[in-house]
Amino acid sequence: MSENNAPLDDPELKALSQGLHQLYDPVLQEPVPKYLRAPRRRWHGLAIAASWVALGLGVGVLAGWQLHVRLASVPPQAEVPGFVKRAAIAHAVYTPEVRHPVEVGADQEQHLVAWLSKRLGAPLHAPKLDDIGYSLVGGRLLPGEGIAGAPAPVAQFMYQNKLGTRITLYVRANASSSQETAFRYAAEGNVKVFYWIDRKLGYALSSTDIGTDDLLKIANAVYQQLNP
Amino acid sequence: MNDADSIVELIPRLRRYARALAGDRIAADDLVQDTLERAWSKLHLYRRGTDLRAWLFTVMHNVYVNQLRALRPTAPLDEEMPELAQPLRETDTLVLRDLDTAIRRLPPDQREVLLLVALEEMSYDEAAGTLGIPIGTVMSRLARAREKLRAMLSGLPPGGSKQLKIVK
Repeated sequence: MSENNAPLDDPELKALSQGLHQLYDPVLQEPVPKYLRAPRRRWHGLAIAASWVALGLGVGVLAGWQLHVRLASVPPQAEVPGFVKRAAIAHAVYTPEVRHPVEVGADQEQHLVAWLSKRLGAPLHAPKLDDIGYSLVGGRLLPGEGIAGAPAPVAQFMYQNKLGTRITLYVRANASSSQETAFRYAAEGNVKVFYWIDRKLGYALSSTDIGTDDLLKIANAVYQQLNP
Repeated sequence: MNDADSIVELIPRLRRYARALAGDRIAADDLVQDTLERAWSKLHLYRRGTDLRAWLFTVMHNVYVNQLRALRPTAPLDEEMPELAQPLRETDTLVLRDLDTAIRRLPPDQREVLLLVALEEMSYDEAAGTLGIPIGTVMSRLARAREKLRAMLSGLPPGGSKQLKIVK
């Protein structure tokens, strides 16, 4: 074709091209995640499930099937569910609190979990995240949404690491099981949220201070604990 | 090498392009994942002997456009993107970071053309084929993208440069 068909003959474009290569060529060297190599997502879910069983962690077949949710991270969706927005607001409101970040502290964890479970009408668990550096601060009951947006109590668990960085896990009951989702990601203002719906419970894990990669790791840890 | 192996070989290229197109790593790999799933299921539609890379990039383009529509149903693809806070990366020089930010603010349709031409080093022909648009449209989008980048990198609002020229 004509010279027109070799865009990089243009010096300005050539310079731009070099800049882009500097910015993005490092991606070529990154190891390709395994799940991208597998032809189908489901195969990978099964492979993971199988390896977990092999590890003696007793992952049931059903849980194995559900494990594929760990793999899918989805960009912000058109419709961020209302509970995710509420979770982000609750995160922003309570995490800066110095004296009263929670209603019931981790020293009364058993009572906290029993109380919130009773109010939400569903068996809740406060995942233990000490292994990944986050300890439970405590939790609180909050006004939220239940079936079809009707007012209902929801729960917030707060964790923090040694640096004082806080994350919150917001849990709502009576989520529609037909809406069960893989991990999804939403950004509400400066609050990053990974959320998912699993067995009628909606979860939203929020943070303002840590990166999405790290938050995803924590979300994975939470998910695994809630699906032993 | 069969088609499946060839696709796997091209994954790093898809990831590079997706990272530049979608911005953050999670969104980018999700785009790659959706693209690959579509590609695996549509592999029978790929005509052997044609450029597999261009075919994969076409698949990614379609997935990307669908994702954008799902993201903001009413947003036209030629709308400028709001400025997003970018995490600082130590290795970047200031200039590169500015370039990164500027590219992110281009309307998606212009960003695609710019990246196919300048990062993937496609010819106008190839870019036009990949995006399924006429070659003239590739050129005009590229020209607009370059004008915007020039303006952004010189710290002027897009369009501002024109006014300055008049004054001059």
